[in-house]
Amino acid sequence: MANTDQGQHTAGAFDIRNFIGALLGLFGIILLLMGLFGDTEEAKTGGVNANLWAGIALIIVSVIFLTWARLRPTIVPPHVETPEIDPTRPGPTPKGH
Amino acid sequence: MPMTAVGMVPTQTLIDATPVDYLILAIYFIFVLGIGFMARRAVSDSLDFFLSGRSLPAWVTGLAFISANLGAVEIMGMSANGAQIGIPTVHYFWVGAIPAMLFLGIVMMPFYYGSKVRSVPEFMFRRFGTGAHLVNAISFAIAQLLIAGVNLFLLGSIVHALLGWPKWVTLIVAALIVLSYITLGGLSAAIYNEVLQFFVIVASLLPLTLIGLHRLGGWGGMEEKIRAAAAAAPASAGVPPANEQLNSWAGQALSGFSNPFWSVVGIVFGLGFVLSFGYWTTNFVEVQRAMASNSMTAARKTPIIGAFPKMFVPFITIVPGMISAVLVVEIGRIKNGEKVPGGSSGDGVTFNDSLLLLMREVLPNGLLGLAITGLLAAFMAGMAANISAFNTVFSYDLWQRYIRKNHSDDYYLRIGRLATVGATIIAIFTASIAGQFGNIMNYLQTLFGFFNAPLFATFILGMFWKRMTATAGWVGLSLGTISAVIVAFLSEDAFGSASTGVLPLHGQGAAFVAASTAFVVDIVASVIVSGFTEPKPVSELRHLVYSETPRSELVDPEAATMAWYQRPGPLAVIALVLVIGLNVIF
Repeated sequence: MANTDQGQHTAGAFDIRNFIGALLGLFGIILLLMGLFGDTEEAKTGGVNANLWAGIALIIVSVIFLTWARLRPTIVPPHVETPEIDPTRPGPTPKGH
Repeated sequence: MPMTAVGMVPTQTLIDATPVDYLILAIYFIFVLGIGFMARRAVSDSLDFFLSGRSLPAWVTGLAFISANLGAVEIMGMSANGAQIGIPTVHYFWVGAIPAMLFLGIVMMPFYYGSKVRSVPEFMFRRFGTGAHLVNAISFAIAQLLIAGVNLFLLGSIVHALLGWPKWVTLIVAALIVLSYITLGGLSAAIYNEVLQFFVIVASLLPLTLIGLHRLGGWGGMEEKIRAAAAAAPASAGVPPANEQLNSWAGQALSGFSNPFWSVVGIVFGLGFVLSFGYWTTNFVEVQRAMASNSMTAARKTPIIGAFPKMFVPFITIVPGMISAVLVVEIGRIKNGEKVPGGSSGDGVTFNDSLLLLMREVLPNGLLGLAITGLLAAFMAGMAANISAFNTVFSYDLWQRYIRKNHSDDYYLRIGRLATVGATIIAIFTASIAGQFGNIMNYLQTLFGFFNAPLFATFILGMFWKRMTATAGWVGLSLGTISAVIVAFLSEDAFGSASTGVLPLHGQGAAFVAASTAFVVDIVASVIVSGFTEPKPVSELRHLVYSETPRSELVDPEAATMAWYQRPGPLAVIALVLVIGLNVIF
């Protein structure tokens, strides 16, 4: 969240890649643990430890997203253009107008 | 009475979920509601947050764009259809979505972006005035209530599969879940949620497909079993021959036309042109995802980038349905025309259950929880989007404009809240209508034929033909919708038991014909009426009609400086080549 003079800043925690990475990572860890310690129910999966492999895949995807967000942070522009209020289609006025 | 009916003793449930599965579900909801909460805390109002989304890269808006549509229709409808008729279902993607998405990116988006049209009712009001606006707003509101019913029905079926409660109780429970999702701010970060949802759905459906195929001995094993099942099916069941189930063209199993030539015409014109262009180019829930991007080029790229994942979605929705038909005993039996008690609706297994039953069959606990989470998330977000779209149109387009003008903002917000609750209650009833269709896709396509096809006709004619008059706008819309309803009524089954069977049309072919009729009737009526009425002066049509919009506003000066792989045109060509390749292979 390093704010610079122009008011530009990185999206930081709001960067969607961090959300994706965190959620998929959590799911990956749960599935990995299920695969290692839970009932693998191989009659259902045809002899594959599905939780284990899905868990590993999710963790890999999660790491990719988190790394990507770290290496190329999203910059939020200082001024974002607000849309015009349309007189032909009345709606609630946004705060501050 | 209600308490004894619920019984609180769970009967035999379709799916056995364990605490780990519920943990995954809980984590997801904490995430989604947490994002909404942070969004409202961190910025002064939701508009700021929405606009900070403008700094999101094109791949995010692209994924949100298809995710907004990756709900009930895609997941349950496509797998139900895959179980029933097999591969021809891919036409919903490769003919019925990709070309229209590319058209939206290349032709329509510059116009939307340049003219700043933000919604369909807004365009109707500015282009045609009160009549067309009123007809459009009412039909849009009704359509949202009916489609919310479809989402609610599917949401209820998952609650039933998990808990085994009676149908009407699960519908009320599901409705309460959606209401609390909306109230707790589940929609305040819609783009973020949609992208998350996309990944959760892929992460659950991909293992489901792979394990299912593994159980059948790979793709070849699945084909073999489908051939064997088709050969062994009793003639009375009307199971399509194996070749029709395993090849996309000529798609007789999809259209219901026995003649291959007319089947291709029906699919290309009815589905590929009228229904699909109508859906993708006038569906502003999705168009707004694209408008959230920071430049015209990014807005144009949104549907084009979305087209790439979209063309591979059938492999994780339709293929599981096909697997289900040969791996899950119950689905195999109903395909042979038998009646099997149980199912997620509680009154017998239907094709809509294909995916849930396959999940029960092949997924271990853990992955099962992930799959349930993906489905619940999709239907809940889908229904919440329908309800909030209804809410906006009801409060501002109908109530404020035609019933009570000039009240305070608070007044309209209160009306909006009442509308949300009212719509949710009505959706419980429309969900019971949806429940009468064994294959939810037939019902949805019929609805799209009523609402989207005439809208598309009026929209496209009004946009490219400046002579079209205001009267023609509302007359065309009304007659188009009425004609589609009449065709559905005269067909064998488009209206379920209310259809009379005068016309020999059934399945989705009936929906295609109804949509095409609506389109043609709308165009013809609009042209005739325009001949007898006065057009609007040309000066009022700037930004509303293509020929009156300055060319300079339709191009983005930045686009020329970008590398070829960043420009919309070349990307669209690649997508088109890929999708033609997929059509040739399958």
